[in-house]
Amino acid sequence: MIAEAGLAALWLAAAMALMQLVLAALGLRMGRGVLPDAPGSDRADGAGETAAQLIAGVRPVAIVQGVLAALSFVLLIWVFVVSDMSVQLVAANSHSAKPMVYKIAGAWGNHEGSMLLWVTVLALAGGAIAVLEKRLNVATLVATLGAQAAIALGFYAFLLFSSNPFTRLDPPAAEGQGLNPLLQDPGLAFHPPTLYFGYVGLSVAFSFAVGALVTRDVGPAFARAMRPWVLAAWVFLTIGITAGSYWAYYELGWGGWWFWDPVENASLMPWLAATALLHSVTVLATRDGLRAWTIMLAVVAFSMSMIGTFLVRSGILTSVHAFAVDPTRGSFILALLILYIGGALLLFGLRIGLVKQGSTFELVSREGGLVLNNLLLSVILGIVLIGTLYPIVAQAMGTQLSVGPPFFNKTTAPIALALFAAMAAGPLVRWRRDNAQALLGRLTVPIAVAALAMAAVFVFAPDAGVLPILGLGLSFGIAVASVAPLWKRDLRRTPLFTFGMVTAHLGIAVSMAGMASESAFTVERLVAVRPGQITQVGPFSVRFDGLRPAVGANWSAIEARLTVTRGDGAPLVLRPQSRFFSAPSTVTSEAAIATLFDGQLYTVLGASDEGGRWQLRLWWKPWVTLIWFGGGLIALGGALSLVGRVRRERRQPAAREAWQTAAA
Amino acid sequence: MRRWLLWLPLVAFVALAAVAVHGLYRPNDLTVRSRLVGKPLPDFALPPLIEGRPGVSQADFATGAPRLLNIFASWCVPCIAEAPHLLRLKAAGVPIDAVAIRDTAPAVRDFLARHGDPYARIGDDPRSAVQFALGSSGVPETFVIDGQGRIAMQHVGPINEADVPRILQALEDAR
Repeated sequence: MIAEAGLAALWLAAAMALMQLVLAALGLRMGRGVLPDAPGSDRADGAGETAAQLIAGVRPVAIVQGVLAALSFVLLIWVFVVSDMSVQLVAANSHSAKPMVYKIAGAWGNHEGSMLLWVTVLALAGGAIAVLEKRLNVATLVATLGAQAAIALGFYAFLLFSSNPFTRLDPPAAEGQGLNPLLQDPGLAFHPPTLYFGYVGLSVAFSFAVGALVTRDVGPAFARAMRPWVLAAWVFLTIGITAGSYWAYYELGWGGWWFWDPVENASLMPWLAATALLHSVTVLATRDGLRAWTIMLAVVAFSMSMIGTFLVRSGILTSVHAFAVDPTRGSFILALLILYIGGALLLFGLRIGLVKQGSTFELVSREGGLVLNNLLLSVILGIVLIGTLYPIVAQAMGTQLSVGPPFFNKTTAPIALALFAAMAAGPLVRWRRDNAQALLGRLTVPIAVAALAMAAVFVFAPDAGVLPILGLGLSFGIAVASVAPLWKRDLRRTPLFTFGMVTAHLGIAVSMAGMASESAFTVERLVAVRPGQITQVGPFSVRFDGLRPAVGANWSAIEARLTVTRGDGAPLVLRPQSRFFSAPSTVTSEAAIATLFDGQLYTVLGASDEGGRWQLRLWWKPWVTLIWFGGGLIALGGALSLVGRVRRERRQPAAREAWQTAAA
Repeated sequence: MRRWLLWLPLVAFVALAAVAVHGLYRPNDLTVRSRLVGKPLPDFALPPLIEGRPGVSQADFATGAPRLLNIFASWCVPCIAEAPHLLRLKAAGVPIDAVAIRDTAPAVRDFLARHGDPYARIGDDPRSAVQFALGSSGVPETFVIDGQGRIAMQHVGPINEADVPRILQALEDAR
């Protein structure tokens, strides 16, 4: 009964989305010229009243759609919680003996459930816009909700016609199949939803952009309405990427923190686009510049999320058989992709020429700096996109190849360094017009710090390599420059979003220092040792004490005991394992990591040779933890900024209204 | 801004979508094809594996008549499946040479005794060096070599009943 109710709620939500789209489209069409703030000629007849009535229906319908979708998702969680094995999805992905938290997480840890989560977040976001967004002009708001409904409708259709999560199993299964302990990891349970919140947040920005293209009303009011959504999406994407990177680092046992894997790139590309959007939307909100570019970025950001989802879900890149199993799904996502992105870009080509030119600015100005930031981010985005897609294009031409980390590292690192340097200077430039010489004066201290740091690194570690030395030096300079906006300011009167920006930029510097340090100073030892032998790695001496067996739920392991000492410090014990899983039969390495204040010692147990010696892989990675600590700071900065912006919007409704009238 | 620039994103996306559609509906073929098809054999000379039987070298091929070059191993199960069809090809008058991959003489002798011996020559390739040089990525694989020593066709996987006429046709075309 519960599954049927969930399916019914899903159908009703889809119907509501259709209604929302029709109401919005008809209302806007009939109300052309009649609505107080809709564009077009003046026209007064009976149509005005009908249009107003139609449009008045859009908000409530959006709210009902959100509630119905949420109900459907809650009911899906419910069937997982009670382990209703007559539901196919539960039988395939859950097990009655699973811990409760993984039963709940199991609801979205599969294709159908994750798509339902996707569309639920989308519908709730639509409902939230309908409830919260009071000040955007009515026509643009209605067009936005219409676009949101159009996106949701596609995904409802996808769920209902090819990925129904509520399909019954007859006869019901006796027990579920999903007791894979490898997937019972808190990181895996909450990592996908985090990224989904980010993706869907970008879909709201996309809908705003489409709405603005429909009404041709692109201005500061629109930018302010869009900004919190972009910020929130960006915070979630940042958390998702940071957590994903750390998960890969400790779980895969290769000691690397970023692999340029298509799945990783699929999350990085929307983040790059969202970062660019975040900055350009500020120019639009504050100075009414970069109108067309901001719209374009909003479209690109969501397109990147959809392309990423498509690449990962379709299996087109990894060429595993994900697709052979059910080709309709891949085709469905591709069709949605073409419909939405193609449609939005078509609309862009048709309408953006009709949007009035925004205000212009001098080259040396805050706006100029943000344009530079956007250009560099776009270049990196382009490189990552080309590198990710090149194998597909090459395959279409008949060659098989893959693009690896060397390509990405060599091409993106120099541009990223330039980007970070621009980031350091950006907040110190004045809006509209600035004096290049005065700017250089403000940058004296950061530049001096960067130069000193580079010199120091070069003296103490001349073999570190050009990029790491540049990166380490720059990171010190950027750290100084990023807190400079707070210099000589009354901190109690400094707005929260300024603190947010400072924190996020500081986070970039911290993360960058971690990356540079990791690539410059990592010490790696691969040794074959007998019990009792001592190995040196970096400042540590590692004694291999011996081995013992260990057993888990469905694995057995050989566990090494390592005693680690640094100088005269207290010894630490690390226990890396080599695990054997019975079903399916696999061997995995469980790295043991000692986290110290100044870095991590990363140990992996390998195979044994004929002589009774065991392979040990040891890495000393100074300051590597800064990479993820910086990521956390970046997300925190975004969150502070979001709270600061929302609070200010609440406090200054009057000022905003005035802006809007002045802009119109 | 120039007007046509506004259409650039759409054009780029349409191109990308076309590639994706192509990739999506392309049959999911994961076999690795040799790049040498249509090109001369690489230079190689393999010593004999079994005493008293000749090894295989590139010079054995450019003799004016097409031959088959079969990549096999005694430890390879699909090779057993294709053995009867190789014997049929031999009976049809096709000369077949072999490269034995990572194998030993006693094992191969045993294999040939059990499943029949269609080979004129057997070369010993203990490190897969010649196999890789030919652009072959697994066993069994079979190459049709024309009279000038060029690779006319590559057959990946075991030869089954339906493949025999195809291979005979390829040999005829390579004449």
